[in-house]
Amino acid sequence: MAYVPLADQDKEMEMHHPHSWVEKYVWSQDHKVIAIQYGSIAVFTGIIGLTLSVLFRLQLGFPESVDFIDPNFYYQAVTMHGMIMVVYFLTALFLGGFGNYMIPLMCGARDMVFPFMNMLSVWTFLLSVIILMASFFVGGGPTGAGWTLYPPQTAMEGTPGHDMGIVLMLISLAVFIVATTMGGLNYAVTVLQYRCRGLTMMRLPLTVWGIFVATILALFAFPALLVAAIMMLFDTLLGTSFFMPAVIEAGAPLDHNGGSPLLFQHLFWFFGHPEVYIVALPAFGLVSDVLSTHARKNIFGYRMMVWAIIAIGGLSFIVWAHHMYVSGMHPYFGFFFATTTLIIAVPTALKVYNWVLTLWEGDIRLNAPMYFAIGFIFTFIHGGLTGLFLGNVVIDLPLSDTYFVIAHFHMVMGVSPILVLFAAIYHWYPLMSGRMFHEGLAKAHFWLTFLGAYAIYLPMHYLGFLGVPRRYYQIGATDFIPASAQDLNASITIAAIFVAVAQLLFFVNIIWSLKYGKKAEKNPWGSASLEWQTPDLPPKHGNWGDELPTVYRWAYDYSVPGAHEDFIPQNTPETVEPTVDEEHFDPDQDASKADI
Amino acid sequence: MSEAAVAANSPAEGMDGLVDDWSADKQAYHVPWGKAMMWLFLVSDTFIFSCFLVGYLNVRMTTTEPWPVQSEIFALSFGGAPIPLILIAIMTFVLITSSGTMAMAVNYGYRRDKTKTFWLICATALFGAMFVGMQVFEWSKLIGDEGVRPWGNPFGAAQFGSIFFMVTGFHGLHVTCGVIYLMWVALRVKRGYYDDKGFEIVEIAGLYWHFVDLVWVFIFAFFYLL
Ligand code: HEM
Ligand SMILES: [Cu+2]
Repeated sequence: MAYVPLADQDKEMEMHHPHSWVEKYVWSQDHKVIAIQYGSIAVFTGIIGLTLSVLFRLQLGFPESVDFIDPNFYYQAVTMHGMIMVVYFLTALFLGGFGNYMIPLMCGARDMVFPFMNMLSVWTFLLSVIILMASFFVGGGPTGAGWTLYPPQTAMEGTPGHDMGIVLMLISLAVFIVATTMGGLNYAVTVLQYRCRGLTMMRLPLTVWGIFVATILALFAFPALLVAAIMMLFDTLLGTSFFMPAVIEAGAPLDHNGGSPLLFQHLFWFFGHPEVYIVALPAFGLVSDVLSTHARKNIFGYRMMVWAIIAIGGLSFIVWAHHMYVSGMHPYFGFFFATTTLIIAVPTALKVYNWVLTLWEGDIRLNAPMYFAIGFIFTFIHGGLTGLFLGNVVIDLPLSDTYFVIAHFHMVMGVSPILVLFAAIYHWYPLMSGRMFHEGLAKAHFWLTFLGAYAIYLPMHYLGFLGVPRRYYQIGATDFIPASAQDLNASITIAAIFVAVAQLLFFVNIIWSLKYGKKAEKNPWGSASLEWQTPDLPPKHGNWGDELPTVYRWAYDYSVPGAHEDFIPQNTPETVEPTVDEEHFDPDQDASKADI
Repeated sequence: MSEAAVAANSPAEGMDGLVDDWSADKQAYHVPWGKAMMWLFLVSDTFIFSCFLVGYLNVRMTTTEPWPVQSEIFALSFGGAPIPLILIAIMTFVLITSSGTMAMAVNYGYRRDKTKTFWLICATALFGAMFVGMQVFEWSKLIGDEGVRPWGNPFGAAQFGSIFFMVTGFHGLHVTCGVIYLMWVALRVKRGYYDDKGFEIVEIAGLYWHFVDLVWVFIFAFFYLL
């Protein structure tokens, strides 16, 4: 670790000033460049994940219509799709991408506390992606054990990629964890110790809160996955039996004995459940800021929003076994985990109410980012409600491992965070690029994605009720599933192809606008938070020119009575504009106070 | 905080006041960046070791074969009579001693006594290296003389060897990294690199070192005594 200056001497922070193109854009230590690098790698893997999903959907909708999709390929595709989307796409994009971009700007900092380590983080992440992709090219191909990698499935001869595939997957995960740890330590310490003057934690935008708590979750949850990965590597490479019980495969006993597959499940889900909130919390934060800005209203119940983020973060560590109801556990444990799981719904619902109340009587500007943000409220309520079903043991038992679960987590962890990603990318696009995107194209993109997503996932709930199991190559003819289920599957596949193709609108828009978009004026949405108040647009290396900003108010001073405009930037002194800080603020009631 | 900012924040009472204090802007709490980061890292690392130890307890329960009697396996004979756990006792003693020298190094660092700091860090690193050396000895004895392997051993449950090599190996790796880290810090102390930057770094390295020692105490208890 390099030398550490004191926090209050940060004006002397040693900035690395690039001298060449390569240092500026490749081996860059600027958090903004690193953010774009992180984001691009994540989006690239995401596109691969999306392509895989179209392929296995083809098999489900139109069985055996594509030659090269045999059962092995099918399992490999679903496995890689799941792992890529959860870890290498969403986690990396929210923490590495948005965390890197937003934290220093919103905290009024020049960069992350340790820019060099930050750079290492992104290159380590790239390495993990390369290792992951390499598994497509080794003998046996990538692992096909499902993204949850349950043993002994992973090690059985019948599972595709049971030798090299799983090894590369585990190594890649371990490398990814190293990358996230380096990044995460940086993000957390930057939030804690590199905020500018006057910026108390309770004045931070919710984006920073969401990413901050998610980072802490990542630092405490990924260790469990790391340990699970190391132990499974030992099982695969050294022939130990941590997770492998005595198994008889094809009549012959395997060379393992006495291990505990349940141990793996516990370790995996001790990571896995916080992981869903590692993705969800940054999304909560980002969407709060988008909603508040475009509704021209302060976020409703800021303090409660912060507490809800913290409470969700804490609770997410004691609910993991709700993924294991069918694995078998003592009824008291089932009771415990069902209770904690349902308790998590309380702060989550609180957040939803507050988003809706933020819109209430707002001066809503229906810009494209706002479309996505409002769309998120719909999809998230939807997915959250199905979560409540699954959280109850007795309801979960018949629904577990059916398409109902697929529908649940895609609504809540797939569609919802991705809508927020689009909202956020469109919202901050002018800041990152200095240009405006094409509004009409963005709205078209929204409607196709939003309605398309419903066309995909709504029928899946119904399939789940019918009892259609997940992770089956083909349903075939059964007594209990009506033949019409296949028609539903076909329609889902068609919708999925539509939605996948519709994403082209996004990429075309983003790339075209880089060059031909209208030049963005400064702070185009009239946002109060700090990231828009940099001297340059897009901000230069070091962000703040000669002097760090001073903050006098929270990030949500919108429509303050008596103010010159309908927003007051965080760095406006109260001698210039009135302050209405931190408390719930209702313009009608507080008018007297604001007249000062 | 600027005066204006102070005025705007009329202090709240009770719980809200507590929260305001804790969330004050960073000028209120001087924690060097590296120190904050080391603490966070160590908590994260604690989760890793906890998972390892939980895994150990778990496989010890699930395995179908009897668990080897550890005090016999880890015994060393001096002049014929086997003394149980003697090597581990020495290793533990060495590591704990190194924590002492480390603490003294931190103290002298803040007093800006560079020579003493340098030598004390070197002593700490030396103790660390001794520890790793003894661990190598222990491992080679287990592997060479007793035939313990990660995938099996003559004494009972195969998981004994698996978990033992994995966890002590992981800990040994930590000690080895710590020795390298300490040597690096020691060299920089000697060269006067921290003269005007301050000697927090010694304390930060010390945090890591004490943590590694503390983890050893747990490993010691779980593997050798339990
Ligand atoms: C109201 C809150 C929620 C409750 C009560 C809840 C409950 C559950 C339960 C009980 C399961 C296990 C279903 C089964 O396998 O039988 C599950 C699966 C899942 N949930 Fe949730 N959930 C909630 C919110 C979320 C959120 C916010 C996310 C992500 C952002 C999420 C992501 C997932 C994922 C990814 C799975 C499936 C993992 C797999 O089996 O592959 N859930 N949920
Ligand atoms: Cu969960």
